[in-house]
Amino acid sequence: MSNGEGAAPDVMVRLHDVGLSHDGGRNFILRGVDLEIRRGEFVAVLGPSGAGKSTLLRIAMKLIAPTEGEVTLAPAATAQGRPAGLVFQDAKLMPWRTVQRNVELGLEGLGLGRAERHARALDALRLVGLAEQAGRWPRQLSGGQRQRVGVARALTVEPALLLMDEPFGALDAITRAGLQEELLRIWAQTRKTVLFVTHDIDEAMILADRIIVLAGHPASVRGDLAVGPRPRDRGAPAMQILAERLRALIAGDPDPAEAGYWRASEI
Amino acid sequence: MRMGASRRSLYRPLLGAVGLVAMFGLWEASVRVGLVPSGLLPAPSALVPAWLDEVRGGFWQGAIRDSMTHYLLGLVIGSVLGGLAGLLCGAVPVLDALLSGVVRVLRPIPGLAWVPFAILWFGLDTAGATFVIAISVFWINFYAAHGAVQSIDRDLFEVAAAFGHGGFGGRLFKVVLPAAMPGLMSGLRTGLGQAWMSVVAAELFGVPGIGARMMQASSLLATDLVVIYMLTMALLYALTDMAFMLVRNRILGWQG
Repeated sequence: MSNGEGAAPDVMVRLHDVGLSHDGGRNFILRGVDLEIRRGEFVAVLGPSGAGKSTLLRIAMKLIAPTEGEVTLAPAATAQGRPAGLVFQDAKLMPWRTVQRNVELGLEGLGLGRAERHARALDALRLVGLAEQAGRWPRQLSGGQRQRVGVARALTVEPALLLMDEPFGALDAITRAGLQEELLRIWAQTRKTVLFVTHDIDEAMILADRIIVLAGHPASVRGDLAVGPRPRDRGAPAMQILAERLRALIAGDPDPAEAGYWRASEI
Repeated sequence: MRMGASRRSLYRPLLGAVGLVAMFGLWEASVRVGLVPSGLLPAPSALVPAWLDEVRGGFWQGAIRDSMTHYLLGLVIGSVLGGLAGLLCGAVPVLDALLSGVVRVLRPIPGLAWVPFAILWFGLDTAGATFVIAISVFWINFYAAHGAVQSIDRDLFEVAAAFGHGGFGGRLFKVVLPAAMPGLMSGLRTGLGQAWMSVVAAELFGVPGIGARMMQASSLLATDLVVIYMLTMALLYALTDMAFMLVRNRILGWQG
């Protein structure tokens, strides 16, 4: 089977009818999930806690094999056997490595020289504004700084696809807003394809081109909505309508747009 | 700010030295005043001439050399084997389950109980003493390593896998060993003290060294010699522990 079979050439990740069960098919965590992410897109997967969003991310990254269905990653999404860059919820830095060495983790074992590893890690740290902290230990950083190191670590492997698992969920609101802005700057600069998992409606609307709503037991895709042009204005009426639609989709209520609450032109 | 911090870091060792001086002072005074008969406990001032005699005869240096040999050999062998066994059992559940019964049977047997077998199998020499010391150190390191592996943050294995280190070697070298290092180090340190206690036990039966010399002295009621070797052992422990802590703090600098 060739990579990218049955998918358009610019599709980076394609999940077809994916389901996951831990007890041999009696109970499913996810079921019937269809999903396509195209090159350069910023896609948010939005859903309540425990809906299986992180699991979906790991299936897309082939860290977990689905019980049923198919995952196709474009050849471009896999570099040297490393499927993608992954950013974890609590940064998950290795406390015994300096910031610099944490960022180098994905470069080790690739046959790169010490000097090149060092230079590439420093480039990534510069991108997240932490080049000066390269020699420090993770415990000496703030939560927001640690998360930025996590982003740098994912970026050093130069993935075409960046997967982010609620990376800003544990941060205070001010730090989170700053990092969201920074992520958008990095995204504009590097043009990565991003799959971003979050339970925060506001965060999804600020960041993403498309929002995929994942909810239910077993979880499935309840909606796939495009977000308007950038830059985003939280106060714009269209954004508030979108937020209402997302809330309804998560709760399992009828989509207000389809129920005719608003005229189509407003949406 | 900096001044205050450095002053505070000197405060504790300074107080410790004051306490030590006070102890020797009280001890000396109580013997001189006659509170404690010098036959029961020799005064510190009486120890110096006895110690000089031991040094002149070469007994002191010889005892230290012999005991250090037993100590270091037993410590290294017991720590390495115990640490490896603990790491393996902590990392491989099947092995852990398989050996859990064996561990339960062997664990409560103190090193001292093995002395008859040490003599039978290895003889009254370095090998026999090393064996007894190694056994007592083995279990300390076994449990320290086992616990250290068990308490590793499981998510770090996923991090390693996500960044291309999902194989056995990657898990071992990128996660298990560095993450278990603090636990391994604290096991080693506990073993460092325990091994000195075992040195005495191992030598009481005639293997030459500090323990044997203490035994000879006590059979002659030469309490001053017994105290000299007690203090010698304390000094050797302090030195080995200090040397170890220097190395440990370098390796575990990331803990702060």
